[in-house]
Amino acid sequence: MYYLKLIFKNVFRAKLRTALTVIGLVVAIVAFGLLQTVVDAWFAGANSASSARLVTRNAISLVFLMPTYYRERIRSIEGVKIVSYSQWFGGIYKEPSNFFPQFAVDHNNYFDLYPEYLIKPDELLAFKRDRQGAVVGRKLADQFGWKVGDVIPIRGTILSGDWQFTIRAIFDGRDETTLTRQFYLQWDYINESVKKRFPKRGDQIGVFNILINDPSRAADISKAIDAEFRNSLAETLTETEKAFQLGFVAQSEAIVVAIRVVSFVVIFIIMAVVANTMAMTARERIAEYATLKVLGFSPGYVAALIFGEAMVLAFLGAGIGILLTFPVASGFANSSAGAAFASFAVSASTVWLQVACAVAVGVIAALVPGWRSARIKIVDGLRHVG
Amino acid sequence: MSDTLVEIKNLAKSYTRGDQDVPVLRDITLNIERGDFISLMGPSGSGKSTLLNLIAGIDKPTGGILRIDGEDISKLSEGELADWRASNIGFIFQFYNLMPVLTAYENVELPLLLTNLSRSERRERIEMTLNMVGLSDRMDHYPNELSGGQQQRVAIARAIVTDPTILVCDEPTGDLDKQSASDVLNMLKELNSTLGKTIIMVTHDAHAAEAARRIVVLEKGELLGEGV
Ligand SMILES: Nc1ncnc2c1ncn2[C@@H]1O[C@H](COP(=O)(O)OP(=O)(O)O)[C@@H](O)[C@H]1O
Ligand SMILES: [Mg+2]
Repeated sequence: MYYLKLIFKNVFRAKLRTALTVIGLVVAIVAFGLLQTVVDAWFAGANSASSARLVTRNAISLVFLMPTYYRERIRSIEGVKIVSYSQWFGGIYKEPSNFFPQFAVDHNNYFDLYPEYLIKPDELLAFKRDRQGAVVGRKLADQFGWKVGDVIPIRGTILSGDWQFTIRAIFDGRDETTLTRQFYLQWDYINESVKKRFPKRGDQIGVFNILINDPSRAADISKAIDAEFRNSLAETLTETEKAFQLGFVAQSEAIVVAIRVVSFVVIFIIMAVVANTMAMTARERIAEYATLKVLGFSPGYVAALIFGEAMVLAFLGAGIGILLTFPVASGFANSSAGAAFASFAVSASTVWLQVACAVAVGVIAALVPGWRSARIKIVDGLRHVG
Repeated sequence: MSDTLVEIKNLAKSYTRGDQDVPVLRDITLNIERGDFISLMGPSGSGKSTLLNLIAGIDKPTGGILRIDGEDISKLSEGELADWRASNIGFIFQFYNLMPVLTAYENVELPLLLTNLSRSERRERIEMTLNMVGLSDRMDHYPNELSGGQQQRVAIARAIVTDPTILVCDEPTGDLDKQSASDVLNMLKELNSTLGKTIIMVTHDAHAAEAARRIVVLEKGELLGEGV
């Protein structure tokens, strides 16, 4: 009781110093939370992937394609329900910075695999009927202000030329984490052009998307598919959609690691700042702590006072920081930079990490001054008076 | 000499500076009777505070005997010494050493927190003690809202609220104006004469020393002799 009273009164003694330290903590905790959320968002695509879907690609690399007739052979494999395919299109809308993923897909059944993309039946039908039609995600449509019926010019990069697509459908995400920033077009339309320009490159596809009956058999079915094409012209590699997505994330692992490192560096810096504050505070109060010891209070009590003060500081900063992380994160999510992520939500584990950081900051900041103040001899402490 | 409270024999204290031994007190022999009021006088740097701190159990001698109420306190551990101080010693400092974030009431309450008195028992004692030093109307004031003399009276209240055997005062009037100094000295005299507190007061001010029953003079770490 008295202990807490003393701590709280001490915390607010040097108001400016406390305010500055707390502001520093708030900024650090918010920055940490945002960076962690960026990392989460990075993995979100993979986490929302279904394990009932497999992805088959060329075993050598994604750059190499597979003949479309593989589809029939995949379909004949036990446990396979639907086989569709898709191909990275990689065009540019106005500016390269307007990046969003574009896939040329089998318009007939691709969306049957993705119940999490909520598309109005009549819109889907309109897409299927229009060779130049496109289906776009809600987030993407909102970002550029697109409506159904808009004609979107795309400059090809893999396949050069100025393409035009008419938006026929806009889909919503079923879940918070569903990606709705993709742009789908008809593979048939692209293939026709390819065949005209480079006859040898026609009827080739990048990825088969496969829905299976039983997710628990994903490994067996994947093996069976790959066995089917062993020793053929294009050997395949089949994995769950999740593993496939994680493979993509792994490619950018260096960035993810860098972000993680930076987030902890931020915490490390604020740790040094709070430690400095506590050291200054403890040094100023040496005589007071010595007086407490004269009265009979133990060195442990003195250390606990400093420890408690550091903890109050840390939790004050962390508390405000955590509360602020949510509005700041949603502000970021609504910005053009944040739009790049399917979902940008602060997770519970991020909040727990923030709390853990606060504890670490408090403990470490109090360590040296607490230990020193507890250890200093009373007579030496008293000599600091006046 | 049957009722000796403080028994000091050949007491020595030296500090180590680097690898050098700096003697501060040499061969001090002194007995203090229960109920006495003694002034330790001497020029600055003569070792008065050091001797007082040894008696108060906040520092340890490097040689000799120091017995208080029959107990050799130089043999006590840090923790035992802290408990011993809490129940036997009331300390009054030159600069009051009050907690600036606590009110007069709370400052006086501090040493009582180490006892097992209930909240209401504490309240009773604190109010009585603050009344004794004439600060009943200043209980909720913070130290910076009090004059130097008032702060020192709060410090006196803090020192006596646990009813210790010995009051040790290190230049208690050193930072006070004449009037406040004489108030404080009168209060100490009163505590000595009516409550029978044994008081050991360090001062370099001859006028202040006169408040005591007995004056001993230290110079360069040695006891010169007695006045009065
Ligand atoms: N903790 C210490 N370390 C080293 N020297 C000390 C320490 N405390 C006191 N001294 C030295 O001991 C001498 C006596 O100090 P002190 O007892 O404070 O004198 P006084 O109170 O009579 O002015 C001084 O020379 C002082 O520098
Ligand atoms: Mg002194």
